[in-house]
This record gives sequence, C-alpha cells and structure tokens, in this order.
Amino acid sequence: MTDPALLELRDVHVRFRGRRGAVAQAVDGVDLDVRAGEVLALVGESGCGKTTLARTILGLERPVEGEVRFDGSPLEYGNDWLRRYRRKVQMVFQDPTGALNPRQTIYESVAEGLRIQKVPGREEALVAEALSRSGLRPPERFFALFPYEVSGGQRQRVVIAGAMILEPELLVADEPVSSLDASVRGEILQLMLGLVRETGIAILVVTHDLGLAWNIADRVAVMYLGRIVEQGPTEQLLSAPHHPYTKALLSVVPEVERLEQQILEGETPDPTRIPSGCRFHPRCPLVQSGEAARLGIEERCRTEDPAELRSVPGTADGSGHVAACHAVG
Amino acid sequence: MTALAGGKTPSARRITWIRRRRAFAGAWRDYRASTPGLIGLGVLVVIVIGSLAAPLLANHDNLDPSKTLTTPLWASPSQLSPLGTDNLGRPIWDQLVYGSRVSLLVGLAATVIAMVIGSVVGVVAGFYDGWPSAVLMRVTEWFLVIPFLPLAIVLASILGPNVRNVIIVIGITSWPGTARVIRAQVLTVKQRLYVERSRALGAADRHLMLRHIVPNVSPLILANTTLTVPIAILSETTLSFLGLGDPLRASWGRMLDEAFSNGAIGKNAWWYYLPPGIGIVLVVLAFTLVGHALEEVLDPRLRERRS
Amino acid sequence: MSTPLLLDVRDLHVTYPSGGGVPAVRGVSFQLERGETLGVAGESGCGKSTLAGALLRLLPPGTEVSGEVLLDGENVLTMREDRLRAVRWTELAVVFQGALHTLNPVKRVGWQIEEAITTHERGIPRSELRGRVAELLETVGIPGRRAVDYPHQLSGGQRQRVLIALALACSPHLLIADEPTTALDVMVQAQVLRLLEDLQRDLGLAVVFITHDLSTLAAVCRRLLVMYAGRVVEDGPSDEVFGSPKHPYTAALAAAFPIIGDARFRMAPSGLPGDPPDPRHLPSGCTFHPRCSVARPECASRAVELWPAGEGRRAACVQVLDEVPT
Repeated sequence: MTDPALLELRDVHVRFRGRRGAVAQAVDGVDLDVRAGEVLALVGESGCGKTTLARTILGLERPVEGEVRFDGSPLEYGNDWLRRYRRKVQMVFQDPTGALNPRQTIYESVAEGLRIQKVPGREEALVAEALSRSGLRPPERFFALFPYEVSGGQRQRVVIAGAMILEPELLVADEPVSSLDASVRGEILQLMLGLVRETGIAILVVTHDLGLAWNIADRVAVMYLGRIVEQGPTEQLLSAPHHPYTKALLSVVPEVERLEQQILEGETPDPTRIPSGCRFHPRCPLVQSGEAARLGIEERCRTEDPAELRSVPGTADGSGHVAACHAVG
Repeated sequence: MTALAGGKTPSARRITWIRRRRAFAGAWRDYRASTPGLIGLGVLVVIVIGSLAAPLLANHDNLDPSKTLTTPLWASPSQLSPLGTDNLGRPIWDQLVYGSRVSLLVGLAATVIAMVIGSVVGVVAGFYDGWPSAVLMRVTEWFLVIPFLPLAIVLASILGPNVRNVIIVIGITSWPGTARVIRAQVLTVKQRLYVERSRALGAADRHLMLRHIVPNVSPLILANTTLTVPIAILSETTLSFLGLGDPLRASWGRMLDEAFSNGAIGKNAWWYYLPPGIGIVLVVLAFTLVGHALEEVLDPRLRERRS
Repeated sequence: MSTPLLLDVRDLHVTYPSGGGVPAVRGVSFQLERGETLGVAGESGCGKSTLAGALLRLLPPGTEVSGEVLLDGENVLTMREDRLRAVRWTELAVVFQGALHTLNPVKRVGWQIEEAITTHERGIPRSELRGRVAELLETVGIPGRRAVDYPHQLSGGQRQRVLIALALACSPHLLIADEPTTALDVMVQAQVLRLLEDLQRDLGLAVVFITHDLSTLAAVCRRLLVMYAGRVVEDGPSDEVFGSPKHPYTAALAAAFPIIGDARFRMAPSGLPGDPPDPRHLPSGCTFHPRCSVARPECASRAVELWPAGEGRRAACVQVLDEVPT
C-alpha cells in the first residue's frame, strides 16, 4: 500500500455513562484507515457502535482512549480547530427530513456551511452549483422551497449538496439511504459514486446493508459490538467471508440464495455488558454447532479476546483481508 | 448576526424574503380562522388607538390636581361629562383615556423586560448542560417560589413609586415562567438532527443558538409574550391599588385605588370604579384571546402536523 | 371450486377527502386462497398501506371507499360495526410496523394479549387465559414468563414478536402484515420473517405481506402484486416477477436490490429517476410513462390494463402485447 491513509483511527474507545452508572463501551478499540478517494463501507447492526464511530470521526464525540488522525495529524478539540477540520470532513445523515431545519429554505440550508466557514466567493453561484451537482436541476427552482415541499430523496440530495459545497476530502455518510424508498436508494448511491469519480472524495458509508456495500464500496469493514471483526476488499470479503458473524449477516440477505440461511439467535447484547472472551461467542454458530470444539479453540473463544485482526489464509499478503476470529489463521 | 453579512446576493435574499412574507400570510390566514382571536385583536386595536389618540379624545388639563375645576364633585354621567366626575370633580373619562396609556405602557414594557430575561435564561439554560444550566434553573425556581406580591411590594418600596420603577419591578418578577417554558422547548429542539448537522458543518454554539434554536422557539416566545402582557397589566393594577404606583400619573389601577379610598363604593358612584375595572378586564381578556389564538397558529407540534 | 376463496377484493377504490379528494387506490382486484401468501410491493405513496387499511376498514372518517372486500364471501366494507369488531382478530388480524407505538407502554404485554382474547371470548377461566398467553408467546419465540414484562423491557425484535402474538390471539385465518420488519435489524428481520413463514405453514395462515422491499417479498411470498400510483401494475408468482419482471417499474424496483456477487450490480447502483406522481395530478395514459426508460409515444395517451403476460402472470404495460400474439 503506497497510499498513505487519509483518516486513521488507532485503538479508539468511546464510552458513555448510562443510567444507573453502567458504562457502555460503544466503540471498544477500533483501528481503521480510510484512504483518499476510496469508498469504505462500515457494516453492522444497530447498537454495534457504527454511528458513534462516525460521530467520533467528525469530532462530535471524543474518544476516551486512542486517537483519530486526519492527514497525519491527530484531531484537536478546540472550537477553531474543529471548524477548520469540518471543512475537510463532512457528514450526511440517515434522516434527511430531521437534518434540515424546517424553518430554513433549501437555499439557506445549503449555504449554511459556506456562512459558517466564511467561504469566499459568490454564495448564490456556489449554492446553485452544489445543488445541480447533487442532481437538483435547475437549482434556482429549489432555492425558495422549504424541506417539506420536496420529496425524501430530494431532501437527501439537499443534505449532500450542503456537505459537498465545502469541498471536503472525506464524506461520512451514516445510513444515507435506509430511510428512503427502494427506487430512490439507487439514485442516491449513484450520486455518491459519481461524486467519488468526479471529485476524488473519500466516502465512509455506515450501513447495515451488505447490498449497498456491493453497490458502491471498495472495501468493507464489519463491526460487531464496538469492534471491527472483519475487513477487506469488497469482492473478497463478500465472496469469501471468514468471520462467522459476517457469514451469518451475508446469509440473511434475501438476494443471496446460494447460502444456507444462518439466522443468529437473540439480539446484539447491550454494550454495557460485553461478553468475555470473543464478544461474539454467545451467538457464534461455530461455538454452538460444536465446530469450535472440534477445532480445539472453544476454550479460547470463551476466555480469550481475539483483539488482533489477522490475515485470512489463502489471500495474497497485503490484500488487507483480515478477521478477528480464533478459527482464522 | 454574522451570517447575514457577507456575500449574500440580493436575488437569493429576495426569494427568501418573499417566502417569509408568504409564510406570514399563511399564518395570518390561519389566525383569521379563529373568531376569539379576531375579537381580541379588534378590542386591542380600539384600545391602543384610543390611548394613542388620547390628546384628541380627552383633556389632560383636567387631570391636574392643583387646578381648580368648575365641574361638580361626584357628578353622575351627564351630557357635560359622559362618565361623571370623581371626588375632586375631575372627569372620569379623561382619567380613563389617559390612564389606559400608563396601564398599556407598564404592561408592554414590563413584558419586554420579562421576555428578554426569560428567553435568554431559557435558551442558555436549555442549550448548555452542566453547571451553568443548573445555576440558572435554581435562580429561576427561586424566583418562581417566592410569592410575587411581597417581593414586588418590597422592591417597589425600595425603588420608590414611579412608572419606570413599576415597570422594572413587574419585569423582573414575571420572567421565570417564560424561562421554564422556553427551556423545555430548547431541550427538545437541541436534540434535532439539524442542530447536529449544523455542528458538523462547523458551527459554534453562538451560531447554533441564534440560527437554529432561537428561530425554532420564537413562536413560543411570541405566544408567551401576549399571555404575559395581561398578567403584567394586572400586576400594575395590583401595585397601584396598594398605593405603590406612580402617584403623579393616572392609571387604571390608581383610579380603582382612589375610588376605593375615597369611598366611591359607599357613595354608590359606580361610574367611578366600573370604567377602569371594565377597561382592565377587556384588555386582559383581549390579550389572552390573542395569545391563545397565536399559540394555536404557531405551536410547532400543530405546525408540523399540518406540513 | 373445492376451496372457496378466503379473500376476494373486487375493484377497490379508496379516495381520501383532503384537498378535494386524493385517489389513493384506484381499482384494485385480487384473490387469496386459504393458507396462501401474497406480497404487495410498491414505493411509499403507491397506495399499499391504504389497501391494508381498506381490508381492515381502518381508514380515517370521510374516506370514500367503493368496490368489495369479500372475506369468506362476506363484504367487510358493508358489515355492521359489531360484526366488523368480531371479524377483526378472529378472522383477520394485522401486524403494523413500529411495535413501540402500537403496544400500550404502561400495561404488561401479557395483559395486552389477554385483553385481545377476552374482548372476543367472554368467560374464560383465569388460569386457562394465562396458559393461552404463555402458549402464544412461546409460539412467537418468547419465553412465557416474559408475559409480566412491560413493552420497554423487551427489545425491538421481541416487541415485534409480541405484536404477532397479539395478532394471533384469536386464531385468525388471515394476517395482514404492513411493513412488519422495516424498522428492525437485518438479523432480527430474518428471525421475524422466518417466524412468519413457520406460522404460515404450521397454522395454515394466509398472509398479505406489504412492504417496499421487493427482495424480501420474493423470498417469503408465493405470489406478488406490484402497485404503482394506486393500481396493480404487475402480478404473478414471486420468483418470476422478481427474476424476470414484465413491467419496467417492477424491473426498476427489482434492480434496486443488488444481488451480492453478481457483477452486473458491482459498482453500479441502480435506481429509478423521478418521484412517484401526485395522486391528484396523475399523468395521462400509463401513469408510469414519465419515469419509464422504455416508454413509447403511445404510452402518454393509451390506457393500460392488466394484460396476460405468460402463465399466471399479468402486467399493465403495452410491451406485453408485443410478446403475446392476440
């Protein structure tokens, strides 16, 4: 890998104090790189910490341990530093309706970043260009509209335009299409892919949808209960997943018929009570089926945390396909 | 506000302005649908015009206590003086018209003070977590639990009786309710995703408060204002009735006080105490009607449902 | 016919009163046999949820409804109120999305299921009632002892299961599931879908499954109905409809769900330009023509209807007329 990473997370931990003093380990030791110009999909179920991780990247949450580095320098949390940082890193939200102030026109919502960041230039021209690049054409028609006067897909385009107007180097998109209709979903993904091709922006897309990853991502990182459990190039990871959690996730996607459905029981545990050993072992099909015992690793699964992401066998070194499972490597 | 300066082009601003005007027209259309609101507004317009046009409607000279009047004392309403005269022979009509000025002035000015304090405290206490919020809310609760009247009486007697002090006294005792209502709304508005989006765009606290929080609580502030005015007017009446008002200027409250202390009730001089009483009731009722109608038009929950 | 139809919907029209009349469903007909699963797909605003509301007669007052909804030969739309109350739950039941809002937050879930049972069957001994509640909960995969829990003590998936248990309380023959898994996580979604499949098979339940997620429907339902702008534009066996759509709208919808591993979808997300039409100003001719990638000049004027499009299939697109010689 000759490309230096644009964004580096090193052993990032984010904790929340819940009611009754319980401490939730929302993000529990994450290492992750996003390279310039790539699309990385961060896949996981709700409660796995993926949204917290996205907010941490924006500096909206502060890690209690570890660090976030952008362009080689660690994030600082002073107001001015963060404001300048947020010209380079922008965010798109799951719910475009909530993300737009109902009292502001679309023009004002898109121009807001310019005003906050005091970007020089003709504001109206910049807003018009951002809107039309987001597929809202002719832009002037949208200037005076309020968010409730356009469709959900168009609202998401407005949010994207508002982020892209700052010409960031990294866009963090948190479930950008999950609240949208199926037909609109593809349109928004096409837009995002187009932005990558035209501007060379890097996108970290947070999603629960492996199909989305197949649609637009160069690489995939799978997150479970605050930790990345598998990571690799999209084709490799989705055609030959190694972590049992990834396998299960893939098997329940309705479009994948070649796999036997492996429906995990129960739900993701609460991040205040992370299981000992491998955090996945209480739901792991390998442990439940006795496969782990046969491999002679069951004891380790129950007691030893596979913190290290190891290269999966059969891949060329440097392909970057890694998994955190005792059964791998 | 910094955001308004800078490179905003006229045409975009114009479009926005047109939209704002249209939104206002829409709000007015909704308001018009409320009959009580229209009645209240009508009564207010009449009273405000009357008090502004006081020099045309009444003779101020008649209010001068040092002036010897030719009119009879305790005269009941007649063609000479439509509302009769008081114990000194001063026409009630002239007092009523000029008194409306003081009552409205005190009511509105005290409300402005209360709204500014209440809104600032409410927004700041709602927006920030931790000790600033806790301190502000303790102060608010302190003001809220202290009975209004004793506090106002103490303040008024320390500051001395004149219109300015009455305004100050009422203003600084009427804000805590507003502060609490505003804070509650701020607590929900600051959770909204658009506040998070603005923060992600690089906004600092000041921008978030001025561009997102305040615009979204302003309808509430407006509705609260119209509901605070009648309370302030009643407070002025109370203070004046207790002899803590401005002795040199007629207000409705002071008219009631004088009527009472000069034995108007014993003399059955209804023309002395009824007009200011009815005036107060009308103004208070009118503001309340307007306030409730506005609340219905501007309530964010109702608005969101409509859109 | 040996097996009479369970549900027979004939030319159903639903118009909402707001703003001078919004036609949400414009002439929908379909049939459902006992134990059959039918999927209804379409984008938001296509009328699929209105259809569900009409089947249950749960529409806001003032809504105009015409046509027939025959449940076991009896018209739901003209039933008397008391009969309707009896029919809901005992004949047909519904599972909505968003379990948190449908359950009463201050009542134990067991109590809520008991209530559903006792409103339709009086005089059941307390102990038997308890037993039935526990049994229902076990059926949907929740331990019976959780009956004493309040909704907030359950996870999202468990609440959705409770809703299903609630729907099953009076052993209905027909279950209407309106986006039952939309708000759930993928794994929980799979659990709930499998549960519905099991129930359908074990209890011989007929299910009308409504969602925008065509791929889920294809996996769960035998037959599929695709709606656009208040009308059915395609129906047929779900594998075939999803696998080789005859209507361009279905094709676009199907393409929106990428097949992982299929090179055609790799780095090529596919969507459908434009937005669904405003029901008050529907396009002329085929309502889909302004968004259609293969529209012909005639589509703007020619009225479409569901034409036969192969074995057991129909589609409302002039293209099918080219294939099938008349």
